[in-house]
Amino acid sequence: MKATSALDSSVDSWDGGDKEPLKASYGKMMMWFFILSDALTFSGFLTAYGLMRFKFSDTWPIADQVFNHFPFMHGDHPMYFVALMTFVLIFSSVTMVLAVDAGHRQDKKKVTSYMFLTIIGGLLFLGSQAWEWKNFIGGNLGAIQMNDGKIIQFVNADGKQIALTSFAKTGPIDRVNHERGNGLWYTSGEDLPEVSLAQVLDGFKENTSLTVRIEKIDPVTGDKIILDRAQATRFLAASKRVVYGANLRVNEYGNTQFADFFFFITGFHGFHVLSGIIINIIIFVNVLLGTYEKRKSYEMVEKAALYWHFVDLVWVFVFTFFYLI
Amino acid sequence: MTTHAHESHTGRIWKVFGILSLITIIEVFFGIWKPGFLMSPWLSPFEGGFFGAIGNFILGIFIYIKPLNFFFIALTVVKAYYIVWFFMHMSEETKGLRRAVVWTSIFLIVYLTALLLIEGSYVGDAISPYVKWDY
Repeated sequence: MKATSALDSSVDSWDGGDKEPLKASYGKMMMWFFILSDALTFSGFLTAYGLMRFKFSDTWPIADQVFNHFPFMHGDHPMYFVALMTFVLIFSSVTMVLAVDAGHRQDKKKVTSYMFLTIIGGLLFLGSQAWEWKNFIGGNLGAIQMNDGKIIQFVNADGKQIALTSFAKTGPIDRVNHERGNGLWYTSGEDLPEVSLAQVLDGFKENTSLTVRIEKIDPVTGDKIILDRAQATRFLAASKRVVYGANLRVNEYGNTQFADFFFFITGFHGFHVLSGIIINIIIFVNVLLGTYEKRKSYEMVEKAALYWHFVDLVWVFVFTFFYLI
Repeated sequence: MTTHAHESHTGRIWKVFGILSLITIIEVFFGIWKPGFLMSPWLSPFEGGFFGAIGNFILGIFIYIKPLNFFFIALTVVKAYYIVWFFMHMSEETKGLRRAVVWTSIFLIVYLTALLLIEGSYVGDAISPYVKWDY
């Protein structure tokens, strides 16, 4: 390469012309370095999650007790749904790499159909993630928050967590949801939970087989500690309110940070999936229009594929650190 | 633009898909099974000054984390390798580009992880005695 190449009139195009440092085109190499920087961003988030997890290692929520839903099935099914999501994303990665492979052979028809399948896979994944969020935010069994913020869950004699509604005393409720119209200024209260704290406490008093599970993890068994009745009653005396589901301030699964990081990291990843789908759609339309056929190169498909595989790569790590470990 | 003819890699793509699926199935299987012998560290920390510290450093993965978690992280790295090398075609890039991307990320991520996890466990040890668990 000549030292004066920057002044060479043949390379004044924005993409570096025919110059290919490291034998990769300008666009592809920049995509690699973008991916590198994005990988460092994600690692920043995941290690911050790790810091909080190590900080609260004696109380951190157990993923199997949080993510245990499967569509059209009741009961406790940890892992299966997220494994399905992982398969969907890996499979859409496979169709993407098949599209790249077909592009190398200038096979427009195959590129079209594989790109289409990739987009469908991405949409399926995004829908699954929305469903996962819905369950996480809505919650299912409910819990009690104590005055100092700790979460108490209720378990039956077998040590299995049960719903607040299954034992709380029901009766006439005189609570009214605080609405904007009745408030000072324009404030409105949170939605009322299905049961009140008093009803839960009354129900607990009557069902003597019940006890509670606290956030603290038994270092020997690795499970959350289940208290005996006498201790449970003392804990419940310091309880503040009923909690359903998760948001950025409180969640029924335990430590608030857990929900914060879940929303932030899976949300940021989901945003990457969304932008990946949009990029794939743009490339797909261009494939249909024959842009790359005229250019005699499907390299744009390769660049979009790099990004799409990166999204899959990040999910592999999110899957491990949020669900497995 | 590259003009040389490309042979199809379809066979290799499906093989990699098979490997990734198999690893995911193994992960899910162990994630549900949680075998007892993998749930607590195999070794306890060495005592005794300098050599103890060296031993703890070298054998740290068997002392400070559950073998199951180490197993999961190892499988994840294997999956990442297959995705980057064969789906993103890193194996076909030049050595310079490969090292610029892979070595940079691995070095920085390992460094950041080490610092933050050490800090996190220190802060955890420092505050946990002050958390009230008796009422």
